[in-house]
Amino acid sequence: MSTRLFGERIARKEDDRLLRGRGRFTDDIDEGALECAFVRSPFASARIRSIDVTAARSAPGVVAVYTAADVPFGDRELPLLIPHPLLTNPRTQRCLASKVVRYAGEAVAFVIAESRYLAEDAADLVEVDYEPLPAVVTPEVSARAEHLVHEDVPGNVAADVTQVVGDPDGALATATHRLERRLRMERSAAQPLEARAVWARWDEDERRLTVYNSTQSPTSIRGGLAVLFGLPETSVDVIAPDVGGGFGPKIMLFNPDELLVPYAAMQLGRPVKWTEDRREHFTAVSHERAQVHEVRFGFDGEGRLLALDVDFLHDGGAYTPYGIILPIITAAQLPGPYRVPNYRVRFRDLYTNCTPTSPYRGAGRPQGCFVIERVMDAIAAELGLDRAEVRRRNLVQPDQFPHAVGTMWQDGGMAVYDSGDFPELLRRAVEALGPRPEGGGVGMGLAMYVEGTGVGPYEGAHVQVLVSGKVVASTGIPSQGQGHGTVFAQVVADELGVGIEDVTITSGDTRRFPWGVGTFASRGAVMSGNAMAIAARAVAEKAKKIAAEHLEADPGDLELASGEVRVKGSPGRALPLAAVAILSNPLRYAFGGGAEIATQFQARPGAGPPLAPGDAPGLEATGYFSPVSGSTWASGCHAAYVRVDPRTFRLTILKYVVVHDCGRVINPLILDGQIQGGVAQGIGGAFYERLLYDVEGQLTNASFMEFLMPYATEIPEVEIHHLETPSPLNPLGVKGAGEAGTIPVSALLASAIEDATGLRVDEMPLNPDRLYELSRPARSATEG
Amino acid sequence: MRVNGLERPDATDPRLLLSDHLRHGLGLTGTHVGCEHGVCGCCTVLLDGHPVRSCLLLAVQARGHEVSTVEGLAADGKPLHPIQVAFNECHGLQCGFCTPGFLMVTSALLATNPEPSEAEIEEAISGNLCRCTGYAGIRRSVRRAAELTGR
Amino acid sequence: MKPAPFEYHSPASVAEALILLAELEDAKVLAGGQSLIPLLNFRLARPAHLVDINEIVELGRIVERDGGIAIGANVRQADAQADPLVRNRCPLLPVALGLVAHPVIRNRGTVCGSLAHADPAAELCATLLALDGRVRARSLRGERVISASDLFLGPMESALAADELLTEAWFPNFVGPGAISEEVRRHGDFAIAGAVRAGDRLAVFGVATRPQLADPADPTRGLSPSAQPECSPEFRLHLLEAVVERVMKA
Repeated sequence: MSTRLFGERIARKEDDRLLRGRGRFTDDIDEGALECAFVRSPFASARIRSIDVTAARSAPGVVAVYTAADVPFGDRELPLLIPHPLLTNPRTQRCLASKVVRYAGEAVAFVIAESRYLAEDAADLVEVDYEPLPAVVTPEVSARAEHLVHEDVPGNVAADVTQVVGDPDGALATATHRLERRLRMERSAAQPLEARAVWARWDEDERRLTVYNSTQSPTSIRGGLAVLFGLPETSVDVIAPDVGGGFGPKIMLFNPDELLVPYAAMQLGRPVKWTEDRREHFTAVSHERAQVHEVRFGFDGEGRLLALDVDFLHDGGAYTPYGIILPIITAAQLPGPYRVPNYRVRFRDLYTNCTPTSPYRGAGRPQGCFVIERVMDAIAAELGLDRAEVRRRNLVQPDQFPHAVGTMWQDGGMAVYDSGDFPELLRRAVEALGPRPEGGGVGMGLAMYVEGTGVGPYEGAHVQVLVSGKVVASTGIPSQGQGHGTVFAQVVADELGVGIEDVTITSGDTRRFPWGVGTFASRGAVMSGNAMAIAARAVAEKAKKIAAEHLEADPGDLELASGEVRVKGSPGRALPLAAVAILSNPLRYAFGGGAEIATQFQARPGAGPPLAPGDAPGLEATGYFSPVSGSTWASGCHAAYVRVDPRTFRLTILKYVVVHDCGRVINPLILDGQIQGGVAQGIGGAFYERLLYDVEGQLTNASFMEFLMPYATEIPEVEIHHLETPSPLNPLGVKGAGEAGTIPVSALLASAIEDATGLRVDEMPLNPDRLYELSRPARSATEG
Repeated sequence: MRVNGLERPDATDPRLLLSDHLRHGLGLTGTHVGCEHGVCGCCTVLLDGHPVRSCLLLAVQARGHEVSTVEGLAADGKPLHPIQVAFNECHGLQCGFCTPGFLMVTSALLATNPEPSEAEIEEAISGNLCRCTGYAGIRRSVRRAAELTGR
Repeated sequence: MKPAPFEYHSPASVAEALILLAELEDAKVLAGGQSLIPLLNFRLARPAHLVDINEIVELGRIVERDGGIAIGANVRQADAQADPLVRNRCPLLPVALGLVAHPVIRNRGTVCGSLAHADPAAELCATLLALDGRVRARSLRGERVISASDLFLGPMESALAADELLTEAWFPNFVGPGAISEEVRRHGDFAIAGAVRAGDRLAVFGVATRPQLADPADPTRGLSPSAQPECSPEFRLHLLEAVVERVMKA
């Protein structure tokens, strides 16, 4: 395979439009659409006694107001997206609540009006009589089960799953050293800068539903809408246009608006649009991260981890539409890059009266990484060993792949690491970090991680050479900024021997490619990238076959380069790809553009029908990639120096190094951007951002003034190094990279801050106030 | 009001935010809305040459003033402005949602300070949020933009 | 998040503005809007009337007067920060302005608006107090001067009456030793604890319901800040000590 573009730092093709302000985000689409606003529960837990929309219905500019009773599916439970046999008590919310609300922000009524301003005015007039009930706000409170989030779910437990590898009890008992930790991570949220939005139009003449949706899975939405409205899926088009960041929450599907907006469009005969605002995004869109882990571990005098027993609570929020994927991921890869021969992990997925959880960049891995990395640091501290050395002694070695962790994975199979070089990651990171800076308050942090990427079941791509010689390709998964339009173009251009400027990629538009799963779990490049390669290779083979007949050569002697199919070593004998595209479609009627060469009175090589059995016209192919053995595992090591001011506890990151292995890299420029961005989001989540729920389940800081996302002044430039251990599991040898930057950051900063301050860190996120609190016993000891 | 050098209709509804008037009244959807409380900066435009949050201005307040939006940096079909070229070269955008705000802030910075120091660049971009890039690409882009506009 | 409906007024003169403020029930003055419009967008404030003073030219001036500088109600924070008169006569003020929010906010926010808003964590309120400045408030009933120590009553509560317009702020000329310092979570945020020193006067902010004068030798005396989710009272006072040391050393 040619490697002209693969591996190159190519500037993005998508940029021109976006830079000109000609992006097309869902709210940019108007076409006379009505606009909507939700009435949402202000209470975390309440019975609804009554809902009165009379005043709202007659407010200026209002076209309709829906409650559950007004919509045929209003009172039906929304789909359980990922059922699992171990999810014993799944619950999903209704499109619109009418009897009970279980989290502040849950949707109760839907107003459709001429403008968002008028819709909000009318929403203010909806009167809902709530009877507040006690709220269950943290996983610990939920586990005590003094109050139930769902009356019919005992103990607030959606699932209780234990997995055992080896003999953890025996190994713990005989270990020469044993320690315990209680490690806690709080709720957080992704907060893409574009909140959610849905626009829909029903064409009565064509009986066609068209939906634009800022979603990470248009194909899934299409499937769901077809079922819900009893339409053939071929009559439903769902497009993710430009999407202003996803980071996970936009893979949460069948939000009430995703059903109500199309429904309203069908009922009202006008396009309808709902654009979420930031305040409602805080409570209406998935959170993640909150978990509490009781950890017991045993090790020997050399620092080798012998046994690990983790019992954790996962805060699932009020409903479990995404099933138990998050705690499964934590449990599966908590051991990280380390050999853990004896491992027990139990999780309870608990209901709370808070926003439901679903994956946010990292998806359960940050929590697992936090746990195992704190374990490594604890071992080092206990034995007086260097923290890097302890890790070194525990790493899975390069000759020990495939490495089975022994736990179940999120795709239904088992977690098996396929490739990597963990010791080299660590070595390079420590080397790149360099010597400790001078001065007081300085600490060093280390964290390693693995990431199962490229989970199935499949993705597909369609590649076509047009009669102009240009190439168009499409795939079902949408982009939220990852640069698919460039990365996939590199893959296709290489396979077809054309310039990258001649390839146009469409993604996330079911009109162009209706099959697929979605963009999540760092799978885009692995799944669609490989599908693109497979489809493009099929096109190349077909091009050679057609050209071979006309060039009187053997297909095996042909190559694609510079927009032509040519005989290797014979520069004069070539056919432009454009001509091959024309020739691929036997014609009666020429239509200009050189099409005469394909018409029936032209001399044709070979006998047989114009279109042989099994052949299709057109220089195009569809390809699918479906991994046989589950995910391919990326890995990395982060290392940093920080300074924590001994008095104010302000954090300054002095140097931050990432050594990252995502297999073969298609575009290092884009990859570096993903890592830098991931680290920034991780820093935000570790030291600045918190979701502050009060005891009544109210989110008290639902604005950007109080939810502190980092500005440029808070984020250092990350030094990024690449290691490439190609994946043996897919043709391109690539692994995913989207979440890598974020996964170990909390673990890393915990490590660094602990080293800088001498304060033991068992909880994240941190902030100066927490550090001050932690420092207090020591202070009163010295002052006393 | 004038927008990108052209007379455009004023808003009539006093509570209409300038961001909404630009996007939906005038069809200039390049200015984006991220928070509507002045923190994220996605809505940043220039008012009489100075960067302001269009979500914190009533559209009627722009009457008689000059508004510059991202669409004014390069005319349709014409080459990109050097600042835009810089952002492409240096991978200063990913999803593109915050980008118009950063472009306008950069355009104002370089108009008055063609050779900004690192500290001046940092100060100029320090009020806009980006959730995708982690800012390194944006810093590089602004530095490069200074080089390109200096020529 | 869109504002609730209101009646909008854009007077062309102070006289017109004062008539409006006297006649209208439930009116708020709109100057820079950087504090008010977020409240409108969240619908946390739903005034029946907005009186937009931005078109009143006479309020846009910075002049020398009475041994100090009078800054009109419409003067943008950025303009005051860059103004040569301000930088010459009262260099502490541009330094304080540099800590207010972000440059883009300062392009629209006004000096007087920040004072009228009376946020206990605002740099400008404490700076006015440290410098022993004052403001002029006008209404149809007359005109009065309010000193900094009388202006800030509580969180977001100033001494201004509903029919009064704060038309200018007066800062004395001051080139003596002065400094401002604050602890913040992110660059540009409101202060968790801050201090402004102008000569012998020390004003602290972010630590009480309003900015207060403090004794450099015992700056936390008498202060009992409320508990906040990310800041215990003890930590806030602890930070205040650090911040005060900084400004006294400078």
